[in-house]
Amino acid sequence: MSIAIAMSGGVDSSTAAAVLAENYSTNPSGPAHEVVGLTMQLWNQRRLPKLLGEEAGEGGHASGRCCSLDDVYDARAVANFLNIPYYVINLEKQFEATVVRPFVEGYLAGETPIPCSLCNTEIKFAQFLTTARQIGAERIATGHYARIRRNPETGRYQLLRGVDRSKDQAYFLFGLTQEQLAHSEFPLGEMTKLEVRALARARHLPVAEKPDSQEICFVPTGSYRQFIDAYLAEQQRQPESPAGEVVSTDGHVLGEHQGIQNFTVGQRKGLGMAVGAPLYVIALDPAKNRVVVGEDRDLFRSRFRVREVNWIRPPASGDAVEAHVKIRHNHPGAAARVEAHGSCEAFVEFHQPQRAITPGQGAVFYDGDEVVGGGWISQVL
Amino acid sequence: MKRVYLDNNATTPLAPEVFEVMRPYLLEDFGNASSIHWFGQHAKAGVEKAREQVARLLSARPSEIVFTSGGTESDNAAMLGIVEAARGERKHVVTTAIEHPAVLSTAKSLEKRGVSVTYVRVSASGVIDPGDVASAIRPETVLISVMHANNELGTVQPLDEIGRIARERDIYFHTDAVQSVGKIPVDVEKLAVDLLALSAHKLNGPKGVGALYVRKGTILRPLLHGGHHERDRRPGTENVAGIAGLGAAAEIARAHLAEEHNRVAMMRDRLEAGILANVPLVAVNGDRAHRVPTTTNLTFDYLEGEGFVIAMDLRGIACSTGSACSSGSLEPSHVLSAIGLKPEQARASIRFSLGRFNTEEDVDAALKILPGVVEQLRAVSPHYRKEAVSSQPSAFSKS
Repeated sequence: MSIAIAMSGGVDSSTAAAVLAENYSTNPSGPAHEVVGLTMQLWNQRRLPKLLGEEAGEGGHASGRCCSLDDVYDARAVANFLNIPYYVINLEKQFEATVVRPFVEGYLAGETPIPCSLCNTEIKFAQFLTTARQIGAERIATGHYARIRRNPETGRYQLLRGVDRSKDQAYFLFGLTQEQLAHSEFPLGEMTKLEVRALARARHLPVAEKPDSQEICFVPTGSYRQFIDAYLAEQQRQPESPAGEVVSTDGHVLGEHQGIQNFTVGQRKGLGMAVGAPLYVIALDPAKNRVVVGEDRDLFRSRFRVREVNWIRPPASGDAVEAHVKIRHNHPGAAARVEAHGSCEAFVEFHQPQRAITPGQGAVFYDGDEVVGGGWISQVL
Repeated sequence: MKRVYLDNNATTPLAPEVFEVMRPYLLEDFGNASSIHWFGQHAKAGVEKAREQVARLLSARPSEIVFTSGGTESDNAAMLGIVEAARGERKHVVTTAIEHPAVLSTAKSLEKRGVSVTYVRVSASGVIDPGDVASAIRPETVLISVMHANNELGTVQPLDEIGRIARERDIYFHTDAVQSVGKIPVDVEKLAVDLLALSAHKLNGPKGVGALYVRKGTILRPLLHGGHHERDRRPGTENVAGIAGLGAAAEIARAHLAEEHNRVAMMRDRLEAGILANVPLVAVNGDRAHRVPTTTNLTFDYLEGEGFVIAMDLRGIACSTGSACSSGSLEPSHVLSAIGLKPEQARASIRFSLGRFNTEEDVDAALKILPGVVEQLRAVSPHYRKEAVSSQPSAFSKS
C-alpha cells in the first residue's frame, strides 16, 4: 500500500512527510509500504506580475509564497532528504476554476470568502486524492492539525480538532466527505506546533527553521483587493460602475463607495467618513450595490442561514442539535442551536449574539473536539 | 526495482568508452588549449581530434565545426549571428511551428528586435511541406531555420528539398539537428544546410557541450565576445574534456549508425505494436514512415499524461509527456497542438524514446507494466467511465 503526502515546502507538511516515511519504512509486517511526496502547483505567481513588484515582471519570480519556485525547491529538498519519491503535479486549471474564481465572485457578491476551506474540499481532498489514485496510491496525507477517527459503532469516520488547540485546522476541513476521511491521514494531529518544530529540528529537516506562512497562498501582496483588481483586469472584466451608496442601518445615504468587494463585515477603517461615533460595516447588499454601516452594537447578531452544509456526523432526522459554532477561523466559538433544513441547509441560532457574522465565511459545528458539520454562511437573519 | 530509461530524447546516458576518453582531460591533460606549452598542446590536440571526428560524422570539414556549450547555444549563435550580420533594414526569417524552444524563443527575440518571422505550419503528419517553406520566402528573407528531427514526434523533415530551395534563392539555411545526429545519416552536403546545431548529450556524450556546423564562407556575427578561440567564432576557454567526449561520441555513433538504427527501430516498433495491441483507444502521432528510429509518441484517450509519467516512474519506467522543457507548465505541447491535437489530447500524449543502451528486456518490462497503469489512470477518469459504457470514443476522437 502506498500513501501520497501533499508537500508545500513548509515545516508542517515536511514534518508530516518525515513521520510517514519513518512509520511506513519501520513497518516490517504486511505488504510493502511506500510514501510518495507530491507538491501541487496551484497558481502561477507570474500571471499577475503587477502584484509582484516591477522587478519580477519578466523572468522574476515570487518567493516565500504558495507555489513559488522556492517552496517547490524546499519540498524537493525535504523529499530528497527523506529519500522518498517526489513529483510536482500541476492543478492550476482546477485551482483557478474551483478556488480562485469563486473567491473573486464571492467578494463581488458582497461576501468574504475563505478560500482555504474551498481548496481543501475541491483540491486537496478531491483532485489530489484522484491524482494519488492515478499514480497508484490508495491513501493521502496532509500536514493539517486535525485528527480522524473511525467510530466503531456507526462505522463512520469522525473529524476531530488537532490536540494543539491554537493550531486547530479542523475548521478548514468541515467539507470532507466520508470517502475522503476514510482515505486520509493527518500525521500531525496528535502533535503540538512546538513538538512539530522540535521534531523537524531533531530530524535536521532542511526547512526546520522556515517561518510559518500566514496569508492566503495565492495573494502575493497579502492584499486581496489588489489581487481582485489585477485578476479582473486580466480577465478584462472590470465592473462597469462599481461605485455605490454607503447607507446607515435606517437607510440614510451617508456617502459613496468604490465597489463592495473592498469591504468586509465588521470593518471600521477605509469608510472615508468621520461622523461622531465610530462606524462599522454592518452588511453588504449586492442587489442594491450598497454598503450598510452602523455602530459596533449593530454588528451583534444571533441567527443566520448556512448553505452547502456537510454533516460529518448527521443529526437524527428532523432534529435540531446543540453545538459549539465557530463563524470564522479565529472565532472562539459559542453555544448555538443548529437546525438542519433539508439535506444541505441549516439555520444557526446563537444563545448569545456574536459580533460580525459574515456571509462567505465557514460556520463549523463542534461537539467538543469533534467537527459534526459545517457550511457556508449565506445570510444573517 | 529494475529501472528502465525510455526518455533518450531528453538526454542519454554517457557511454563508458566516451567517459574513458574524457577522463585524462579532467585529470593529467588539464591544459588550456590556447597555451604554448606541452600541457596546452595536449589539450589542443584533443580538441582538434574531436573536431575531425564531428566533421566526419557530418561529412563536413573540420574548420567548419565550432564547439559550443550545447544545442541551445548553437541555435542562438546561428540564428542571431546570421540575422545580425545580414545587410538590409528589413529582415525576415522563416522557421516552423514545431521547432524546439531553442529556436522558437530565439525567433521571438528576433521579432522583438524588429525582424519579421514566418512560422510555417504543419499537417497532422508532423512533417513540413517544402512548398510551404518556399511560399513563405520574401525578398528580404535572410534565414530559413527548420529542425531535422522533431524532439517530440521524431518526425524527420525533408531538409534536402528545403535546402535546395534555400540555395536557389541564396538564403542561409540553418537546422537544429540535435535529435537526428548520431541516429540517422546527417550529411551537410546532401541536406544543403549552411548551419547545423548538435548536442553531445543526445548521442551518449556529456552534457554542456555541443557544436555548430558553419559552412565555409558563411558570415556570422559571434554571439559572445572575448578571446580568439574557435577562429574568432566562439570565445571562451575550450571545454576540452567535454569536446573530447563529443568527438568520441560522434566517432562511436558513426561507426555503428546503420546497425544501431535497425536495432533501435525494431525495439521501438515492437514497443509501439505491443501498446497498440494491448491498450484500447490509443493512436500514434506523426508520420510513422518518416521518423528517427528512437521515438514513438502516442495519445492514450482519457489519460492524464502527468499522472501516467509519475505512475510509470514509481514502477521503474522513465518516459515523458509533452517535452521535458514544457513539463510543469499548463500549456499543452506546441508541437502536438501544431499537428492538430486538442489540449486534452496533447495532455494525454506520451513519448517513449529509446537509445543505445536499451535492450529487448526494457521493451518487455514496459509492455508488461504499461497496460495496467493506463487502466489504473483511466479508471479514475470520470469521462472514461462514461465513455467506456457506451464504448464510443466520441468526446476524444480526433477532429
